[in-house]
Amino acid sequence: MSDESRQPKASRRAFLTGSLAAGGALAAVGAARAAGDPAILELPDWTTTLGEGVDANPYGMPSEYEAHVVRRNVPWLTADPVSSVNFTPLHELDGIITPNGLCFERHHGGVAQVDPAQWRLMIHGLVETPLVFTLEDLKRFPRVNKVYFLECAANSGMEWRGAQLNGVQFTHGMIHNVMYTGVPLRTILEECGLKPAGKWMLAEGADAAAMTRSIPIEKALDDCMVAFKMNGEALRPEQGYPARLVVPGWEGNMWVKWLRRLEIGDKPWHHREETSKYTDLLPDGTARRFTWEMDAKSVITSPSPQAPITHGKGRTVITGIAWSGRGTIRRVDVSLDGGRNWLPARLDGPSFDKSIHRFYHEFDWDGRPLYLQSRAIDSTGYVQPTKDALRSVRGVNSIYHNNGIQTWYVNENGEAENVEVS
Amino acid sequence: MSRFPELGLILALAAGLQAAPASAGPLGLGRPATPDEIAAWDIDVRPDGVGLPEGRGGVAEGEELYSDNCAVCHGDFGEAVGRWPVLAGGQGTLTADRPIKTIGSYWPYLSTVYDYVHRAMPFGAAQSLSHDEVYAITAYLLYLNDLVDEDFVLSRENFLSVRLPNEPNFKDDDRLQTETFVFDEPCMKDCKPGEPTITMRAAVLDVTPEGDGEGSLE
Repeated sequence: MSDESRQPKASRRAFLTGSLAAGGALAAVGAARAAGDPAILELPDWTTTLGEGVDANPYGMPSEYEAHVVRRNVPWLTADPVSSVNFTPLHELDGIITPNGLCFERHHGGVAQVDPAQWRLMIHGLVETPLVFTLEDLKRFPRVNKVYFLECAANSGMEWRGAQLNGVQFTHGMIHNVMYTGVPLRTILEECGLKPAGKWMLAEGADAAAMTRSIPIEKALDDCMVAFKMNGEALRPEQGYPARLVVPGWEGNMWVKWLRRLEIGDKPWHHREETSKYTDLLPDGTARRFTWEMDAKSVITSPSPQAPITHGKGRTVITGIAWSGRGTIRRVDVSLDGGRNWLPARLDGPSFDKSIHRFYHEFDWDGRPLYLQSRAIDSTGYVQPTKDALRSVRGVNSIYHNNGIQTWYVNENGEAENVEVS
Repeated sequence: MSRFPELGLILALAAGLQAAPASAGPLGLGRPATPDEIAAWDIDVRPDGVGLPEGRGGVAEGEELYSDNCAVCHGDFGEAVGRWPVLAGGQGTLTADRPIKTIGSYWPYLSTVYDYVHRAMPFGAAQSLSHDEVYAITAYLLYLNDLVDEDFVLSRENFLSVRLPNEPNFKDDDRLQTETFVFDEPCMKDCKPGEPTITMRAAVLDVTPEGDGEGSLE
């Protein structure tokens, strides 16, 4: 933009903006009421000068005013950022689809940068013919498009002992929900010919962690996919480019990225990610293994600690998300008084199996403190429990699968805080 | 160069067709994996010993390998440096307020140690250890957990004779059988007496997003 005519001018608008900052918000509102709103009375730069051409951004990015809507990490959570996690900014999102660039990341050996021409998928073990597929082969299979949530088993895991992280991005942001394009795993396995003795499948990634998980063959043949696109475009490298396993409704660890190998066997492998990790320690010292499903869960995304109420009393929109690894969401209840009374929320948008659902509750806020909670009920009749109910069985050391009801305390100023209430 | 490249190609195709079909399935996609290819990628090991390669290694060799390749993160005695994973000790802590989950205190199967060390360790130099080296390091990890003597040598032959103490304490997912309260009809009105009382606040802890918090994923 070297053209002089396109440069922002030192306009009266800039002068007014400066005086607004100096005069304070109240004076600004008064002036706007007296003479009218400068945002209307003054022509802004974007009305008087030309914007960027179509050649400026071959791959577009959000408005500069949305620069705060980013993934964030919590350095103290893990020893190293290479085997770590970051968080989706749920408080700024709406609808049910997570933008690809904001989908949380969880790696165990960093982001593998796989050359798609060098990518291979091998299927062997208890099959009639072990086969190797290229990416081109994969794209010649019949495809399906499905919207699914992917939730890390450790989502909300830092909250087992109580309220710790002050923001829905951190307490619930190890989740994303995108449309996957790919091939049903059943179709690919049938190409190899499954032997009847094949009861389990080992999925393995091509990254430096060589992530492996054992998956029962019933699940593999039911709704698993090998996906190569998310939200219409190629998978992002951090999401497993060029292909990942999709395991609908089950803990994110099993959605093996940079998928390179599927082995069919007659027993589970009991590998590191299903023994040392992703097993759930109980108070008596025993541990649950193979806790695959992600149970019904919900959270209010706004208002929340990172998204306070700034408009004062009056019409207020409460919104949030609900999901279940066991089906669709039948109902979401919202409480304004810490679980004393509940009202059914308004579900909006598509309701897909094992996908995020969007809910709203619109009401007139009288300015009194709120103790906001949401409670999901899924298509199996499962009702999202309280954290105390879960702790009564599981204690506080199971790390994974915390789907307890979240409370946000909203004070008279509209500021919200992560709390627990009795 | 053959004077008849096309003929050579045809012969190669014919040989391939005799060895195996182009693919097994109805769509005719993909091509058979060769035994060498499967051997190159099939590195997994199961609790029943399936997948274990030939090899052996003792505690003494393991100690040297561990000191050179592992101790910088996991500590000289498996006690860990900083937030890196603890590998030894912690026996008897699984019912404690702060359990220490290690190979000796928590892991159910020795095969997982062999498999994981081989596929993913050392962190940043995965799959750089030979079969014998992985046997030796596995033997040393058993020694650090007081499960074998210092003259112990681990091999494919005696691998299944070693059992980890916590093997019996894992059970398959029983959430829906033991947590049946999740199917109770939920209360909608006057569910609790009195006003809500805040019992815990994240703002007091103040570890968002930085700080020295209590919780950890690892």
